Amino acid sequence: MAVNFGYSISTTRVINFDNCDFNLLHQLEEIVPSYKRCLNCGACTATCSAQQFTKFNIRKIKSLFTSAQYDKLAKELDKCMLCGKCTLVCPRGINLRPAIMNMRKILSNK
Amino acid sequence: MKKIAVIGAGPAGIEASYILASNNFEVTLFEKSSSPLSNILDKAYLFPDFSSATELADKLSAKLLQKNIQVVLDKEIVDIKKDGDIYKLIDKEEKSHIADAVLIATGYTIFDAHRKEEYGYGIYKGVVTSLDLEKMIRHKQIFNSIGDIPSRITFLQCVGSRDEKSGNNYCSKVCCVTAVKQAIEVRKALPDAEIYIFYMDLRMWGQGFEELYREAQEKYDIRFVRGRISEASATFDGKVQIKSEDTLIGQPLKMNTDLLVLMAGMEPSQGTKTIGKNCHIGGEYQFISSQGAHIQDNLTTMEGIYVAGTAKRPMSIRDTLTDADSAAVQIMMDLGEKL
Repeated sequence: MAVNFGYSISTTRVINFDNCDFNLLHQLEEIVPSYKRCLNCGACTATCSAQQFTKFNIRKIKSLFTSAQYDKLAKELDKCMLCGKCTLVCPRGINLRPAIMNMRKILSNK
Repeated sequence: MKKIAVIGAGPAGIEASYILASNNFEVTLFEKSSSPLSNILDKAYLFPDFSSATELADKLSAKLLQKNIQVVLDKEIVDIKKDGDIYKLIDKEEKSHIADAVLIATGYTIFDAHRKEEYGYGIYKGVVTSLDLEKMIRHKQIFNSIGDIPSRITFLQCVGSRDEKSGNNYCSKVCCVTAVKQAIEVRKALPDAEIYIFYMDLRMWGQGFEELYREAQEKYDIRFVRGRISEASATFDGKVQIKSEDTLIGQPLKMNTDLLVLMAGMEPSQGTKTIGKNCHIGGEYQFISSQGAHIQDNLTTMEGIYVAGTAKRPMSIRDTLTDADSAAVQIMMDLGEKL
C-alpha cells in the first residue's frame, strides 16, 4: 500500500537538448523561413493586443518553441487574435502572423 | 633622414613602417620572433568577407620590401630610455638601438583558456579554443576527441572577456563575429551538424557583421542560445556535457556536444606588458594607454613614443591597419619637415 508522505518527487526543470524533438520547429521553419531571423527583442510582445489583458507573451512562446518545449503552447496560442501588429513592428521582418497560425496547426497535428 | 624604430612586425608595425619609409623616414622594424605576422598566419579566413589570411599576410609582407625599411628579426625590445632628443631601445641582450621616435606595435596574445578551469580546456579533449578550431578549418580537418566527424558543435562566447574572474572586464570585440564566421565555415564543411552559439550579447559592431549574423541564422541554420555556459564535464563516450540557462525562457538546460569551442579573448602580449611596465606607459589590464580616447589616441604618456594596434586595446585587423595609418601620420606631423 502506498503511503502518502505529503510530498512527491519533483520533475526536473532542466531542458535536456539531447532528448528534445526539434521536428516541429523544422516544420515551422520550412513554412515560414523568416522565423529563423528572430533577435528576441520583444517588440512583438510589447505591441501585442492580447498581452495587455492576459499573460500571453509571443516572444517567450517563440523561445519555447525554438527550444522544443511544446507543452501548453497550443492553449497559450489560442489567446492570439491574429491582429498582426507584431508583424508590423518586427525589426527583422518576420512574418509573425502566419508563423503563429502555423504553430497552431503544427501543434494540433502533433 | 629621421630614424623611427617600430616594435612588432604584425599588421600595425608593418603598415606604419611602410608609410613612414615611403615618406623619407629611415625605419627599423624589430620583431621578437623569427618571422613576421604570426597572429594573422594562425588564421584561415578573415571576417566578414572570408578573404584568405595568407593572401593578406603576403600583401603586408610585400610592404616590407619598401626601401628605407630594415627588418630585425629575433630581437626583443624590453625597454626604451630617453636621452636628450634621442631614444635608446634596449633589447634583451642589453644592447641599445638608437631612434628619433618609437612606435609600439607589440600587439596581443590570445587568452589562455586553461585559466577557466570550469570548461576543462587541456583536460577534456572535446574542448578546444577558437584558435584550435581555426587551425582545424585551415587544414580542413574538423574532428571530435575520438577522431570522428562531430555531429554537434557548440561555441561559447566571452571566455576570458567580460569576466571579473579572469581579471578582464573588457570586451574583446572580435570574438562575436569570429564565432559567427567559424560557425558558417563549420556548416560548409559539415552540412548535417547541429551548431550552437551560446552568447551573453552579440556585438555585431562592424560593417557587414550584422548581415553575417542574420545569414548565419537564416541560411546556415546556426542556433543562438542566450546564456553563459557555467561548466563543462566529460561523458564516458568522449563527449562534453555543458550546463547553461536559456535566459530567454528562464529555464536551465543541458546538452552533450562533440566539440565545445571556447571563444578566447584578446590580452596584451608579453611584449606589450613588458614595455608598458618598464616605460611606465601601461594602463588598465596592462595594455599600453594612449593620451586621449578621441584625438591623440596614438600618443602614449611618454613624449616621442607612439602606439598603434592591439597593444592598446582589442581591435579587428581592419581597425588595426587604420590605426597604424593614423599613427604614421601623427609621427610625420610631429617629426617631418614643416612648411
